[in-house]
Amino acid sequence: MLVNNRQSTLVGLSITGSFQRDTSLLFSDISFELKQGCWTCLLGPSGVGKSTLLRLLAGLSTGGQFNGQIRANPEFIAADHDNNQGTNDVANVISYMAQTDLLFPWLDVRQNIMLGQRLRHEKNSTLYYKQAVDRLIDQVGLGAHEYKRPHQLSGGMRQRVALARTLMEDQPIVLLDEPFSALDARTRDDMQSLAFDVLKDKTVLLVTHDPAEAIRLAHHLFVMTHNGIHNHQTPENLPPRQVEHPITLTAQAELLRVLKS
Amino acid sequence: MKSDTPISMQKINARDLAVSVLIILIGWQLVVWVTEIPRYILPGPLAVAEALVKYSDLLAMHAWVTAIEVVGGLILGTLLGIATAMYLTMSATATRYMMPILVISQTVPVFALAPILTLWFGYGLGSKIAMTILIIYFPVASSFLDGLRATPKGFLDLAQSMRATKFNTLIQVRLPAALPSLSSGIRLATVYAPIGAIIGEWVGASQGLGYLMLLANGRVKIDLMFAALVTLCIFTLLLRTVTNALCHKLDHWAGQSH
Repeated sequence: MLVNNRQSTLVGLSITGSFQRDTSLLFSDISFELKQGCWTCLLGPSGVGKSTLLRLLAGLSTGGQFNGQIRANPEFIAADHDNNQGTNDVANVISYMAQTDLLFPWLDVRQNIMLGQRLRHEKNSTLYYKQAVDRLIDQVGLGAHEYKRPHQLSGGMRQRVALARTLMEDQPIVLLDEPFSALDARTRDDMQSLAFDVLKDKTVLLVTHDPAEAIRLAHHLFVMTHNGIHNHQTPENLPPRQVEHPITLTAQAELLRVLKS
Repeated sequence: MKSDTPISMQKINARDLAVSVLIILIGWQLVVWVTEIPRYILPGPLAVAEALVKYSDLLAMHAWVTAIEVVGGLILGTLLGIATAMYLTMSATATRYMMPILVISQTVPVFALAPILTLWFGYGLGSKIAMTILIIYFPVASSFLDGLRATPKGFLDLAQSMRATKFNTLIQVRLPAALPSLSSGIRLATVYAPIGAIIGEWVGASQGLGYLMLLANGRVKIDLMFAALVTLCIFTLLLRTVTNALCHKLDHWAGQSH
């Protein structure tokens, strides 16, 4: 059995505090951190506030009041190539991928991948970006489709484009909000492997409601319930774990038990 | 025809159209023959066709004037509508103070303004173009504005997470996402635009198909009046075909029709 030697001690991103929407407290006094260079999975039932937590980290509107602190590794902030933009430094070192692919129907695959550069009008080093897109298209296996529009692609391919677009942002922290949940089982399996492979050097937070996905991909696993966020032990071997391996299956079963209780 | 396409957007099959027009013409001619309605009340299609040929130069001259009014008004009104919608999207203050006026202005029967427009802009093209603009401005502005406001929330989140400025988000996200709404506004405007020009001509003009219809009516040349009406119908049909093709291109570019 492999020993989990990738237990980085460096913190990539941390959040402490409480969040309240209208009069109800969605979560209080949570404290939660992402280890640098690891996949952290946040598992919980729908409506428990997982997505809100992720949106909070990404600096997106949540319609509520957060009292607390979100910190990213200072090295990330220092290395941010254009940190003069915006006031929220943490949001500037994060890229975000949602459940739906959010591909713009009027742009082709290449243009969608370069969306961030388009939106920020970064045209000064076009050749550099062109090569980066070429590399990413190759990496996610979209070679024959680079000039297609989103409607010409299958759901799995569209999510590959979204993944490439997320990578194109080249941020050290990547937040994934159930990006595989709308895919069929086989495509989801492929996408999980691909995403794990291409995001292996990043600090990743994957929000999911699927215990199998969490066990498969997590270095660190947190379970979110109405009572807060709790650390859950992951198997000792490293992700991505084989789905059909007894250890994985046992861990899944145990996780389900925790979720039900 | 696909049943899920709005009527105003449906493509017209030329052959189907020809058949139904032919049936109407035959029915019309039969009514005229059987009831022996006098020519100065209802001329038959044959008499109208005769007038179309006989007065073709006159009709073409007046149709040209009406066409300039309609197309000019359509283009200017659309541009004004686009500018208004974009301005309102960018400025919350403008929305706050302009929206009530815009909404209330729609309760004014625009046709009632025609005499005033004639007073201000004269008997020439100006007053008719102004009338056309007034009629189509609101449908274009409001449908485009609706589109600009209905940008999928996920697109905006994504743009925000990519640190797009407000202006870039408008130009690169909201605007292209709203193009299908704009094109449905333009389709609607195409239907309304000729009404503006014709009303303008009725109120006061020395040229145009609307003017010609009144003139022919006054001189009891009812066949010429019908010929002018037929010319107008042919023109509006052509206009609709052209704008539909352009709007289809726009939708296609925006990725909304394939």
